[in-house]
Amino acid sequence: MNTGQNIIAGMPMTNKLEARTPTVSAGRKPTPSHSFIKGRTLLQHIFFGMFRGAVVINALALAIIVGFLLWYGFPALSWTFISSPPTDSMTKGGILPCIVGTVLLSLGAMFVAMPLGVSAAIYLHEYARPGKMLRIIRLGVNNLAGVPSVVFGLFGLALFVTWMGLGVSILSGSLTLGFLILPVIIGTAEEALRSVPQTYREASLGLGATKWQTISKVVLPAALPGMLTGAILSLSRAAGETAAIMFTAAVFFTPVMPKSIFSDVMALPYHIYVLATAGTNIELTRPLQYGTSLVLIFLVLGMNLVAIVLRAKLRRKMG
Amino acid sequence: MASAKDRQGKERVIKAFFFGTAFISVVVLALIMLFLFMEGLPTFRFISPGHFLFGSDWYPTDENPDFGIFPLLMGSVTVTALSSLIAIPLGIMTAIYLAEIATPRVREVIKPMVELLASLPSVVIGFFGMVVVAPFLQNVLDIPVGLNLFNAALMLAFMSVPTITSVSEDAIHSVPRELREASLALGATQFETIAKVVIPASLSGISTAVILGMSRAIGETMVVLMVAGGAALVPGSIFDPIRPMPSSIAAEMAEAPFRSQHYYALFAIAIVLFLMTFLFNLAADYISNKHKQVGAATL
Repeated sequence: MNTGQNIIAGMPMTNKLEARTPTVSAGRKPTPSHSFIKGRTLLQHIFFGMFRGAVVINALALAIIVGFLLWYGFPALSWTFISSPPTDSMTKGGILPCIVGTVLLSLGAMFVAMPLGVSAAIYLHEYARPGKMLRIIRLGVNNLAGVPSVVFGLFGLALFVTWMGLGVSILSGSLTLGFLILPVIIGTAEEALRSVPQTYREASLGLGATKWQTISKVVLPAALPGMLTGAILSLSRAAGETAAIMFTAAVFFTPVMPKSIFSDVMALPYHIYVLATAGTNIELTRPLQYGTSLVLIFLVLGMNLVAIVLRAKLRRKMG
Repeated sequence: MASAKDRQGKERVIKAFFFGTAFISVVVLALIMLFLFMEGLPTFRFISPGHFLFGSDWYPTDENPDFGIFPLLMGSVTVTALSSLIAIPLGIMTAIYLAEIATPRVREVIKPMVELLASLPSVVIGFFGMVVVAPFLQNVLDIPVGLNLFNAALMLAFMSVPTITSVSEDAIHSVPRELREASLALGATQFETIAKVVIPASLSGISTAVILGMSRAIGETMVVLMVAGGAALVPGSIFDPIRPMPSSIAAEMAEAPFRSQHYYALFAIAIVLFLMTFLFNLAADYISNKHKQVGAATL
């Protein structure tokens, strides 16, 4: 890997550790510094053990959370749960309106952010020259990525819901979520553009194509699969977002399916929050809460896994 | 066929269009500030900034309401500090393992795992903290409430670990190979090389990672809303319930009458929150630009 293969010339790389601490493998006979060397390798063993331990802790955290939701959530899943609306003051029934709401909101966010994000990435990677302007734009993108989601929620409330008069609606929520995932899309689209070999551009320009022809006919098609990966990732980010939609799109309960983009909706993440903290009977509806969480996790982790696999395939193809 | 001049004009229009879309991020950021200030600044018509920031009573719905956010501020600061104590070592150690020790095969498993951890929706982590960690803490440590500062910090830590890990890993990766080879050739062990060469060389990137991780923790809403306990008090111990700023906004906004004092005060909290994360991000940006590793020669 990046540490290099034959660092110490002539040493066969049988064991990583051995090769990198040649004094130990070579120093058979005890020398005055033997215990010193032993201490150094011991130190390495201790610290490497700690590094491995950190990874194990992370893996455990993920496994415990997902495993726990599977264990308790799975019994709650059924066809009725997926396909019917909540009944009896949300103590029974299913989560169909929440699934519909979450899908609509995330797709709406994509609709807002994808064209903007991809064009912004095209500017940043294909057109921009280093300078003050570029610094400002980069600063803007980076800071937008760091704005807390609850602040996005308030921003959406003040601008879209109130000032533009769009009300608590799919449209307000999609716009808010769209700007929230914009930096993610810009980042992944730029990475996709970066992975297109420079020779593609040179070949096209060399044949007399203009810059725009090169971008639209050569660079973009080559970068498209990578951009798709980014799109899936940001779709999953939008689907799991709660604080940004609680004042802009999501409502506690609505008995009807959304009719237009001006309707308010129920959403999976908000539904979990409502049932777990403010529901009619918090203890009684635990199975519903587990079930809803599991459905959300399936959606989000599923999309992420697809994106990860897709990206791994792409990287292999691109070399 | 179009003349060369037409073609150039068209190219210029296209470039301007793309520039416009790229500039939208800056515009949105400016709009966020504008609207936060528009809805938040009226707070200071009925309360002084000093009283707002350092007042110790948050009674927004009282007959004689008081809007001192000091307990909320301290809630945010303590929960972020405690979660950083957990997340920073965990995140950096994971990054070192991924970048320096893991074989490519192991890496291919661990890296997606860290990404999946990052993709867990915050509401699910909050739910987990509520129904699993809180009762567990209550039983094991024999404390009155499981929804407290410690629980929230723990949950937040696992949300910022992926950020810290992936940014640090990139930084460690970008350390030129020659530096490692030189150190190993001088007889240093792999660990000594990591501790004395690789880490110092990637320190600016790691600092950026830490700042971004903390920024994520301070702005995270759902976890603190569900797990921190919700008491607007300056915590005396790590097992006290707290009410960090984001949770106050999220919990009270729905009930605050439109453009009431309470409404304005919540927007003013959002200004404080925004400015804090903004400063964190500016600092991260500054450090990563200032000390960019461009080759072996810059060390």
